[in-house]
Amino acid sequence: MQFDGYQTDGFYDELFDDSGKPRGGADLLISRISDLPDGDLRRRQQAAEAAFMNLGITFAVYGAEEGTEKIFPFDIIPRIVQAKDWEMIERGLRQRITALNLFIDDIYHDQKILNDGVIPRDLIESATSFRKQCIGLDPPQGIWCHITGTDLVRGGDGTVYVLEDNLRCPSGVSYVLENRQVLKRTFPNVFEALNVRPVDDYPGRLVETLTHVAPIGMDRPRIVVWTPGIYNSAYFEHSYLARQMGVDLVEASDLVVEDGRVMMLTTRGPTPVDVIYRRVDDDFMDPQAFREDSMLGVPGLMEVYRNGRVALANAPGTGVADDKVIYAFVPQMIKYYLGEDSILYNVPTYLCWIEKDRKHVLANLKDLVVKAANESGGYGMLVGPASTKAEQDAFAEKIKASPRNYIAQPVVSLSRVPVLVDDHFEGRHVDLRPYILYGENIHVLPGGLTRVALKKGSLVVNSSQGGGSKDTWVLADGNSPQRQTQAL
Amino acid sequence: MADMNGDAMLSRVANAIYWMSRYVERAENTARFIDAVRHLVLDLPGESRNEWESLLYASGDEKSFIERYGEEYTRQNVVQFMTFDRDNPNSIASCMRNARENARSIREIISSEMWEQLNRSYLMMNDRLAPQHVADDPAGFFSHFKKACLLFSGATYSTMTHNEAWQFCKLGWTIERADKTSRVLDVKYFMLLPRIDYVNSPYDSLQWAGLLRCISAFEMFRKHYRQIVPRNVAEFLLLSDDFPRSVRFCLMQAELSMNEITGSRFGSFVNGAEQRLGRLRSELDYAEIQEILNYGLHEYLDAFQSKLNAVGKAIHEAFFDTRRQPETTAVE
Repeated sequence: MQFDGYQTDGFYDELFDDSGKPRGGADLLISRISDLPDGDLRRRQQAAEAAFMNLGITFAVYGAEEGTEKIFPFDIIPRIVQAKDWEMIERGLRQRITALNLFIDDIYHDQKILNDGVIPRDLIESATSFRKQCIGLDPPQGIWCHITGTDLVRGGDGTVYVLEDNLRCPSGVSYVLENRQVLKRTFPNVFEALNVRPVDDYPGRLVETLTHVAPIGMDRPRIVVWTPGIYNSAYFEHSYLARQMGVDLVEASDLVVEDGRVMMLTTRGPTPVDVIYRRVDDDFMDPQAFREDSMLGVPGLMEVYRNGRVALANAPGTGVADDKVIYAFVPQMIKYYLGEDSILYNVPTYLCWIEKDRKHVLANLKDLVVKAANESGGYGMLVGPASTKAEQDAFAEKIKASPRNYIAQPVVSLSRVPVLVDDHFEGRHVDLRPYILYGENIHVLPGGLTRVALKKGSLVVNSSQGGGSKDTWVLADGNSPQRQTQAL
Repeated sequence: MADMNGDAMLSRVANAIYWMSRYVERAENTARFIDAVRHLVLDLPGESRNEWESLLYASGDEKSFIERYGEEYTRQNVVQFMTFDRDNPNSIASCMRNARENARSIREIISSEMWEQLNRSYLMMNDRLAPQHVADDPAGFFSHFKKACLLFSGATYSTMTHNEAWQFCKLGWTIERADKTSRVLDVKYFMLLPRIDYVNSPYDSLQWAGLLRCISAFEMFRKHYRQIVPRNVAEFLLLSDDFPRSVRFCLMQAELSMNEITGSRFGSFVNGAEQRLGRLRSELDYAEIQEILNYGLHEYLDAFQSKLNAVGKAIHEAFFDTRRQPETTAVE
């Protein structure tokens, strides 16, 4: 199957350079695909989709008829990341997560960064994700964000930007692991020859991370994954990770607080739990601490946490650094806490609470992407060039009514990767979400979730808005030990 | 890792795996019943709607059938009702849906092979074209489905650690199977009742043979007995201590699983479930088929089913409802 008619259309393409030649590492893949008989790739794609359906690797569709599940759309052409690009990304992510963790710890303790005037105090106090209940908390080992899934994009000139940090409950890593299984079966020879870095050790690393943050004195902590339940759209992932780690998957109704400990209800009565990898929002963890109107959660959980008798990953309160206004200050944080320049760039961001920025944003709505400070999943967003005048006017009103809650960014013309469309290839825009584990060390999973906007021309990669995924192949350096072993 | 998490399991999870297992067993048995009656009807002379009616009595669903179809006990109606009807909680499609819902909530407990097999069988039953397949080739369809269930049993036996969760799984299928085997014997009673002239006729032995085939017992029965007479069939299906679908064998296995869960010795008990189950099993251990027949097979089976239901309730109290708030996620 040939790439003959494939056009990069002036976008940065992850597999082809501007002259249409495959980038380093991609040439082998391209020539392998070109050798496949017509229809073969399509059949492989269909076989992969059928496998996902049979394995039940699906997400629940909200509001649809009972039992409606869909597979997360998947494209069979992998995205390749060069070793030198990855080296920079990995260093940049380590630096960033180190600074963000110091920032969160500072915000809930001495607030030095506010006292020194680097970040305006108003911004923190007005952030809806700032949790007063977390002031003075000392999470085990001083780690707040154990699991992070940072969203990266690459612009037209090839520059990599951080779009969002996702310090709360980032999802998607199960698709990274499952996509890899499928691609290994689909392109075994290319895979081997390219020296793609493995991702399969993620669950093992996650257990190590969670064990590291267990309450002091627990040499064999009982770890659980806490899911909102089978109707949550990420339920498959919760259960997958519990299974891969060999730990129990619990729901709120399985947990109670008794004698100052969190207990799970077992066939032999209540049993203590030491570490909770929670995939439940702060607001729904403990009705006594967060939302009294909520029936969800485990009453008394935060009290046990505060007393250091149970560990939560991620710690509550980390969402404050996910606020898109506070995101704009991450480069300043890196400078302030680490004395370094940031390795990864932020997308330039206009803050509507600053009058000068607001005027600029209101005058240029048609060219900008406007985002609500506390929304995610592609909601609460205006993509200027794709919007109508009426939509722009509606957003202008929202911005004026509540300037603190809006930011704007120039449209980043996201890089593209070929996808299989019927009998040919077309370029589609992608982002990249690598996963970072912060335990004894900081581990960046070499790979991540490449999300792809399957709709032609679309820049929105979220699964709720017609996005799919691809496997991500991070190439090992040419001199890596793996390559040398193969040469012998 | 096993030592970290091998000590106790979540009540919710135990409940879900028990019901997952029961539902698959129920679906398989329903498929067996339908297939057996289908065969039987082919061998019988003339109009034989009565056989289809008896199927509904066996599963205890005649009331909800009448609500939906009146007294139209046609093959089409009964097969549709027992196979695909989503409003019938005991239809094969409903059972598979419930089994899968339960399995989905304990994905991390069961093996991938079990899940994939269960998911395939579920998709097969919920395929838009499935009713057409039944109409075109019923024998092929039901035999395919029965094999899918056997694959699930095989995957369960050979790919899942035989830990506490597995024991709950086994408890589920043994209790369900004991119930279904007792019901299939009872069907025969309903079948014979209005046609007493069939007794000891060639049709009679055809019916008993059909019944044995329906639970894959025909060949095994032949190894023990020469004659297909009611006494022998009842003895085999109720009291055999080594045929895996006999009621006594199922209860012995259920009790062994429960002993593994509680740590009791065989023949002793630590809770009401174990006590009731042990008592019921020992009744069968020392039972005499002639006494049962003298007492009345139907009456005996009726009493047995109430006792087995009581065991089921006691299992809930002892293991699943230990401290549970009203809401529970297992589909029952």
